[in-house]
Amino acid sequence: MADKSIKTDMNDEKEIRAINKVSFKQRMISYKRKPLSLLMLIIVAAAAAISAAALIFIMVYVLIRGIPNLTPDLFALNYNSDNVSCMPSIINTVVLTLFTLIIAVPFGVGAAIYLAEYAKKGNRLVKIIRTMAETLAGIPSIVYGLFGMLFFVYALNWGYSLLAGAFTLAIMVLPTIMRTTEEALITVPDSYREGSYGLGAGKLRTIIRIILPSAMPGILAGVILAVGRIVGETAALIYTYGSATGYAANPLSSGRSLAVHMYVLTNEGLHTNQAWGTAVVLLVLVFGINTLSAFIAKKLGNKKG
Amino acid sequence: MEKFAIDNMNLYYGKFHALKNVNLHMEQNKITAFIGPSGCGKSTLLKSLNRMNDLVEGCKITGEIKLDGEDIYGNMDVNILRKRVGMVFQKANPFPMSVYDNIAFGPRTHGIKNKKELDRIVEESLRDAAIWDELKDRLKKSALGLSGGQQQRLCIARALAIKPEVLLMDEATSALDPISTGKIEELCLKLKDNYTIIMVTHNMQQALRISDNTAFFLLGEMVEYNSTDAIFSAPQDKRTEEYITGRFG
Repeated sequence: MADKSIKTDMNDEKEIRAINKVSFKQRMISYKRKPLSLLMLIIVAAAAAISAAALIFIMVYVLIRGIPNLTPDLFALNYNSDNVSCMPSIINTVVLTLFTLIIAVPFGVGAAIYLAEYAKKGNRLVKIIRTMAETLAGIPSIVYGLFGMLFFVYALNWGYSLLAGAFTLAIMVLPTIMRTTEEALITVPDSYREGSYGLGAGKLRTIIRIILPSAMPGILAGVILAVGRIVGETAALIYTYGSATGYAANPLSSGRSLAVHMYVLTNEGLHTNQAWGTAVVLLVLVFGINTLSAFIAKKLGNKKG
Repeated sequence: MEKFAIDNMNLYYGKFHALKNVNLHMEQNKITAFIGPSGCGKSTLLKSLNRMNDLVEGCKITGEIKLDGEDIYGNMDVNILRKRVGMVFQKANPFPMSVYDNIAFGPRTHGIKNKKELDRIVEESLRDAAIWDELKDRLKKSALGLSGGQQQRLCIARALAIKPEVLLMDEATSALDPISTGKIEELCLKLKDNYTIIMVTHNMQQALRISDNTAFFLLGEMVEYNSTDAIFSAPQDKRTEEYITGRFG
């Protein structure tokens, strides 16, 4: 009986006047009966609209101010004070991001695997590590910058360098990667673990073949967050990576990331227009990196997870 | 022939005494059913047979469990034990990967890399689980897209792919419709020629239909163990009789 009625519904969808379709008038009557319900709808809809509007406003504003300033000069291979090219900064940012992730991801993911898979539940150490990670995540980046300067730049005598900047940022994003990875691992259903152990797979194989692939989208979400912080960071970098205008040719040379470049341009006050252009480049770069990460996440998800 | 021998076994979850002095010997190539009300310890006992209880924190076991005369809590490698004693869980738990990779996971774990060999095992396991015809064109599709009944038979195929000697089934049909249940019961009867099956079931009709021997559990105690016919036609213990006639539980 039920099957039949569904079929007729689909065949002549247009002719039928479905009784379960709520008309506008009916909805209004129902709201009249429950005015608080209507109020709630208005509040949440307004909140959503305002949040979206704020983001769109910033985007549009940056694009309007920036796009006219995207001159070929801005992308000249080498920086000089005439063209204020941001090309070296783009490359420096990408290299810095890669270095930071290479340092932070293994430690962050490794620590999360320990916390989620190996440590006993209710373990004291686990609680301490979690509290510390949360505290670290809330520390202003300038504090990391100060630490990086005192430790990497002076104590280890690396000078203002790619390495000092990457290590400082790695410490900064470590809690983010660790916590998101841990969350992702915890949400993998226990039934997968049971299934894998039940087939005689050991812990290592279960983690690598079953748990990590299932958790991959969550882990990558953490990495994307980390990339956002790296690319947008200035305070922690000025005192560690420095603000040299050329390409950072080796791990011990200084350079400026795109965000620092923008900061310096704005601060000097001589190249405000180019700073807007650089902002557009930064926006596109972040968008590009996020799209790429999402693409990789999808690929990995399809293949293994 | 005797496959599993459980002697003077006690199990505790922390302070809770979950299984009390269980003695149970199970025969090879037979279907043994554990019945009893929820919380009586039958699933716990089943999970002790392939040491899945090792994963539960605070679980302590005393006594002796032997597989073919060998102490499974002694020097036996736990992964080898689980290869010999496969398990199908209450809720179908296919991995989030293709049908083929699901079946091949076990054999790959135990060192089979050859593609042809894997192809053969996958086909054979799916045939044994009576699901080859339904899935042969969908081997590369995700196993999560299958229906509940298909997923459970896939999990049985996955367990069979490592050629276990014993198959543990923990209420494997409780979440399935009668048609899928029927298919899995038929499958069990077919499989017992080559495997020893131990199943937990809430469904007494099911125990009656397919098992050779039945053990009745109540509050952590094994009350009665006998051939299924004897248990259902002439129970020795009053509590067994009350349970199977539906007066409690």
